[in-house]
Amino acid sequence: MTSATLRSRAWKLLEMVTTPLLPSDYLDLVSPLRAGADLRGRIEAVYPETGDAATIVIRPGRGWRGHRAGQYVRIGVDVDGVRLWRAYSLTSPARRQDGRVTITVKAIPDGKVSNHLVRRAKPGTLIQLDQATGDFVLPQATPAKVLYLTAGSGITPVMGMLRDTEFDDVVMVHCAPRPQDVIFRNELHDLVADKRLRLTEVHTDTDGMLDISRLGELVPDWAERETWACGPAGLLDAAEEHWRDHGVQERLHTERFRPSIVVAGDGGEVTFSSTGKTVDADGATPLLDVGEESGVLMPSGCRMGICFGCVTPLKAGAVRDLRTGEITEAEPGVLIQTCVSAAAGPCDIER
Amino acid sequence: MTAIDPTAHLTAEQIEELGRELDAIRDEVIASRGEKDAAYIRKVIAAQRKLELVSRGVLLFSMFPPAWLIGTAGLSVAKIMDNMEIGHNILHGQWDWMRDPKIHSTTWEWDHVSPADQWKHSHNELHHTYTNVVGKDNDLGYGIMRVDEDQKWHPFHLGQPLWNFLNACFFEYGIAAYDLELGRNLSKHRRKNPEFRARAKAVGRKIRKQVLKDYVIHPLLSGPSFLPTLAATFTANLVRNLWSHSVIMCGHFPEGVQVFERRSIKGETRGQWYLRQMMGSANISGSKAMHFMTGNLSHQIEHHLFPDLPSNRYAEVAVKVRALFEKYELEYVTGPLPKQVFSAWRKVFRLSLPNRKPEVETPDREQELVAA
Repeated sequence: MTSATLRSRAWKLLEMVTTPLLPSDYLDLVSPLRAGADLRGRIEAVYPETGDAATIVIRPGRGWRGHRAGQYVRIGVDVDGVRLWRAYSLTSPARRQDGRVTITVKAIPDGKVSNHLVRRAKPGTLIQLDQATGDFVLPQATPAKVLYLTAGSGITPVMGMLRDTEFDDVVMVHCAPRPQDVIFRNELHDLVADKRLRLTEVHTDTDGMLDISRLGELVPDWAERETWACGPAGLLDAAEEHWRDHGVQERLHTERFRPSIVVAGDGGEVTFSSTGKTVDADGATPLLDVGEESGVLMPSGCRMGICFGCVTPLKAGAVRDLRTGEITEAEPGVLIQTCVSAAAGPCDIER
Repeated sequence: MTAIDPTAHLTAEQIEELGRELDAIRDEVIASRGEKDAAYIRKVIAAQRKLELVSRGVLLFSMFPPAWLIGTAGLSVAKIMDNMEIGHNILHGQWDWMRDPKIHSTTWEWDHVSPADQWKHSHNELHHTYTNVVGKDNDLGYGIMRVDEDQKWHPFHLGQPLWNFLNACFFEYGIAAYDLELGRNLSKHRRKNPEFRARAKAVGRKIRKQVLKDYVIHPLLSGPSFLPTLAATFTANLVRNLWSHSVIMCGHFPEGVQVFERRSIKGETRGQWYLRQMMGSANISGSKAMHFMTGNLSHQIEHHLFPDLPSNRYAEVAVKVRALFEKYELEYVTGPLPKQVFSAWRKVFRLSLPNRKPEVETPDREQELVAA
């Protein structure tokens, strides 16, 4: 018998000891970051970067497989008791000695998670983690010349790169409203002082928005540079067009933040994605009825919101609770009670 | 069904107004649900797990009487917490709003022989929707007892004090049989139904796992304390069963609780549904510890009005609900545990016999109808 089968038998035996719970339910009480546990992290420190941005130092659990500079991680944070998931770029170098990682978060207006992390997160708090992911990363072969083109919090994945890998010739063009809004400004200026970086700050409050067609004035050899760009969609769209017009699009790598903007309306097109049906629904008919009327086999129960027998994943869009008017937006893991929820705009129900 | 309807003094408009006032109470709690509530349930779950671990640890030495006593008491409390404040309430979806997949009605499983999904159907869906409607809500006497004068008497009911006692001792098995609708499904024809067989199999699996854990593995782990540990886990299960049976009997059986006819719920409005929950449930008064150990089912009336509100909020809701009872001149049935248990048992005994003096009651009732 191999040690793996032995271990799995021992685990089965342990499961018999703890049924109906699992051994991990007990182990989580004492060692939530152990190997084999669901991946979590512990917030160890929170450092303010600017007036509305902060760096969160996280000790990931033993199951963390590491990351490459430029990647992002999804984290699950409990805000007012509700678990919410968001993705943030990792700003720490990939091989940080102490095994910790950092994300740097800018509080956006009405952002539940970002404001919580920047202003209220406390050291010692456990958060949920996914493995790092994303292909906005540096290549294995070292490029001779590099350009980083960033705006606002778009600097975060690039900072992860800057801290991780040194190149001989690096230029950065970064846009922010005012000097004090530039995240990592001191560190960037230190790099400049050490002649490891050439930096152009564009302060859009005084200088106006960056005009990509005039990028050549700031970085004359931009077309020869391997470029990583991250920032708002407008900047990236313009950059992609500019690089394509000059026939060098293969040198441009972009990372787009896609904040899912759900416009809550009254009724909408409902997709039952497992069945492949799409129907129009008004804002007053419960999704359970909408589904049943269009021939989708829906789980059902009390039909008045008390038995939780009809809960179903909401894959996309938003729904309105017909009792309270509360809007629920789709997020991974969000389940809705179809008997008391109606479409609030287009939505996708897993049925 | 009492001859005199205790809600007869309410107009249809008043009943709908009552419904709106109850909705407002519900909305207020929902709007203020947050971090404190989440911290509460997590704390309770952690405490339950630690208590169970420690108790089972102590029972490894249960050949020493003090260890047996402490371990058994601890395990009894841990099992009661698992079933009542944690299991019952999570399975109601009271904590689904936290979006924590580990504390969610769709994933939770409890230390009980009835699988969570079967119990959710018979309890959340049937019992809570059709509370106290004769013929629809089988919780009324669990299909083996007569708990209202209007239910037909049968010589079988003579034994119901005994059935009720046995049901109390082995309550979790009673619930599992009830969730399976065993009585109905054991007929030759229904036994073969594949859906029933799958559900029966699931129950069998849970029973096997619990029996193995409580009566084989843990005693074996105790080595020389095998027999005392076996006795301890048996006792803990018995205590848990007796306790939860008593608490649950107090919810709908005591004197003063109304039952309803099947036709009375036809076309029921939201206000009428609320009113039925109010008149069909009874509370237990007592200390905070008492409310906790009953899984806040001591606030049965509030639980039946708002089965999906977090249990830790029922106490504050109860104050407002009670004020509504007074405003609308309705009877709020409550009392300390011994009184309510006694009241429920007295009913079980009384209704094991056929109704008394039917020849007097019938004309009385007719007169009332004529008067109305």
